[in-house]
Amino acid sequence: MGIDLPLIWALIIGFGVMMYVLMDGFDLGIGILYPFIPDRHHRDVAMNTVAPVWDGNETWLVLGGAGLLAAFPLVYSVVLTALYLPLIFMLLGLIFRGIAFEFRFKARDHERHIWDKAFIGGSFAATFFQGVVLGAYVSGLAVENGAYVGGPLDWIAPFPLFTGVSLVFAYALLGSTWLIMKTEGELQLRMFHLTRPLMGILLAVIGVISVWTPLRDPAIAERWFSFPNILWVSPVPLLVLGSAILMHRSLASGRQVAPFLLALLLMFLGYVGLAISGWPNILPPDISIWEAAAPPQSLGFALVGALLIIPFILMYTAFAYYVFRGKVRPGDGYH
Amino acid sequence: MTETLALDLARTQFAFTISFHIIFPAITIGLASYLAVLEGLWLYTRNTLYRDLYHFWVKIFAVNFGMGVVSGLVMAYQFGTNWSFFSEFAGSITGPLLAYEVLTAFFLEAGFLGVMLFGWNRVGPGLHFFSTVVVAIGTLISTFWILASNSWMQTPQGHEIVNGQVIPVDWMAVIFNPSFPYRLIHMSVAAFLATALFVGASAAWHLLRGRDNPAIRKMFSMAMWMMVLVAPVQAVIGDLHGLNTLEHQPAKVAAMEGHWGGEEETAGEGLPLILFGWPDMEEERTRFSVAVPRLGSLILTHSWDGTIPGLKEFAAEDRPNVPIVFWSFRVMVGLGLLMILLGGLSLLQRWRGRLYQTRWLLRFALLMGPAGLVAILAGWYTTEIGRQPWVVYGLLRTEDAVSPHGAGTLGVSLALFVVVYLFVFGAGLAYMLRLVRKGPQLEEGAQETTGGPGQQRHAMRPLSAVEENLDDDHETDRGR
Repeated sequence: MGIDLPLIWALIIGFGVMMYVLMDGFDLGIGILYPFIPDRHHRDVAMNTVAPVWDGNETWLVLGGAGLLAAFPLVYSVVLTALYLPLIFMLLGLIFRGIAFEFRFKARDHERHIWDKAFIGGSFAATFFQGVVLGAYVSGLAVENGAYVGGPLDWIAPFPLFTGVSLVFAYALLGSTWLIMKTEGELQLRMFHLTRPLMGILLAVIGVISVWTPLRDPAIAERWFSFPNILWVSPVPLLVLGSAILMHRSLASGRQVAPFLLALLLMFLGYVGLAISGWPNILPPDISIWEAAAPPQSLGFALVGALLIIPFILMYTAFAYYVFRGKVRPGDGYH
Repeated sequence: MTETLALDLARTQFAFTISFHIIFPAITIGLASYLAVLEGLWLYTRNTLYRDLYHFWVKIFAVNFGMGVVSGLVMAYQFGTNWSFFSEFAGSITGPLLAYEVLTAFFLEAGFLGVMLFGWNRVGPGLHFFSTVVVAIGTLISTFWILASNSWMQTPQGHEIVNGQVIPVDWMAVIFNPSFPYRLIHMSVAAFLATALFVGASAAWHLLRGRDNPAIRKMFSMAMWMMVLVAPVQAVIGDLHGLNTLEHQPAKVAAMEGHWGGEEETAGEGLPLILFGWPDMEEERTRFSVAVPRLGSLILTHSWDGTIPGLKEFAAEDRPNVPIVFWSFRVMVGLGLLMILLGGLSLLQRWRGRLYQTRWLLRFALLMGPAGLVAILAGWYTTEIGRQPWVVYGLLRTEDAVSPHGAGTLGVSLALFVVVYLFVFGAGLAYMLRLVRKGPQLEEGAQETTGGPGQQRHAMRPLSAVEENLDDDHETDRGR
């Protein structure tokens, strides 16, 4: 049967979305934490830690959209139609967040508060509505004959709203641990203090979602709790607990890099958990990746490029992070 | 009724968001290449003027790039949110082209943009120059893919249609479709011209206010050379593009010319060129027309009495909105002719040795500042509205491509886009103009700091310096 193109493309898109969540997660997290960073110079530093890289981080979201259009046009058209309003709100949030990077440093002193608010509001809105989209997507969309038949406000339901709030805490944790790694002094201390409660809240949130998801859908319960599946999937929750304990210890001993890596691991595990629940459906609850795939001519053509180019992207992205390695101090590095 | 309203709202929203969007990438394409040239000249000649101009324009570039990124992200999702049946129908072709754009261009730009904007003191001069060049190349690669996609929608080939979905058969044919080479060159050159006009107007503004320094003269001179050398070439490219359109989309050209054909046409008299008039779609004729006999034949068929298909040869439901296409085309051509005129006059004054002192020329250059962007918008309106009623020419009608949203939903999102865009991009434009007003600073970026963490504030934060000086400038203005 040759190469399973839809499978490979599902993995590529899954990888792209994961890169987006991990990388733009800490950028957005900084916006979410801004209200807890009142000092102007601390705000400058916090923003400068991500100013050179945020654009690249956000590009993974564009890849997710373009990849979905290329490989699974049915999913792209149905999901984007069904979740129209939350996606528009997310995009508008990302506009405010994105322009704040440049405008904030160009503003006169009395104008700067406008772009601080744009940065905070944009980051909150983008994150919350990403979470809503995620929650509504995994709960399943009303699809008949390849078209969305639900209403424009179906996403206003307890589960999507809860995942929206959850993601705000998750990105905040990524942001606070990133700042622990990239800053020092008072700002870093502040982040140490914030990370502890954030970690606790996030664990509770993960617990709630882990119970809620299987309760809503017996097929997901079956996948996680039946034998022998449970042997294969049990490492995921165990690793979550393990990394939470390690996080607790590393915070207690004042480690600077470990908390961020552990936060990345936690996000990764949460992401894997969702993938296990959903697999192999790309349009939950019942349209699989093979049913929704584009014709092989499209998948093959785009795959050549993806496999050749993504390694280079990863290399020069790593290079960019390397150039801007180390702690960021007040007065560093803008232009 | 509500369905028509929803379609109109969806089209309005797309037109609004893409019209705003195209302005930023056009300037990004032009400025990225300009910056690469400036940095190359600085490294080659060691003339500090080029370095100072680089530092001046890179800040404006940064603001503009940020706006391009956020408005572009909206576009990547609008195909699905607003045109879901188009995405299902043609996603197997436009999707991979967009994916290639992301993979080969967006990541490249984003990856090296950080070094370009923030790395002047962090990496060596060679690596910094390399980053600038890579960003510039990235913008052109991006142009390549998105125009391949758009051109395929104008002149589709290399595909089959199976079960109501496009299946790509020959990717080379898809990408290098008939209108692609013309559109690619026409648009890239348009971006360069628009940027040159912006640069020239910025210099002219300073010269008119008596702020004369070698850096300002240099950028005015470079911009005017672009008008001399490139604006006439663009006219030739545009003519070729038009002939290509005549071959593949004759209804569009008939609308551009306001040419209806039919009984009023007398054999052997050739085609007049209608300069001005009002195409009346009800009466199927162009009223109040001022025409030059036979010039139309000469331009469109390169012969004395050649003719082209008139609008009447197309069913009424297959015609675009003629007045808009007719007039947007004239706006584009008119501005193009003014660019050539500006180039010619600048050459004359340069020859007389009065390039920087001729106030009427400087005023003309200042007025022409937005002309390139207006011409780009007018040109896109011509080609996009001229393609109607099709979204994929001859294959899919726009009315069949639209997502099944209610008018209420679309009204809310359109209103939000209008409010947010006017606020955000209005502020962005204000910041760009504020930076322009400050002008290039001699010896900026001359500080020999190594750029390690902990360096003094002003050396490392020219933008903070900018902001303070801008305030000073502001106060000086008020004091005047």
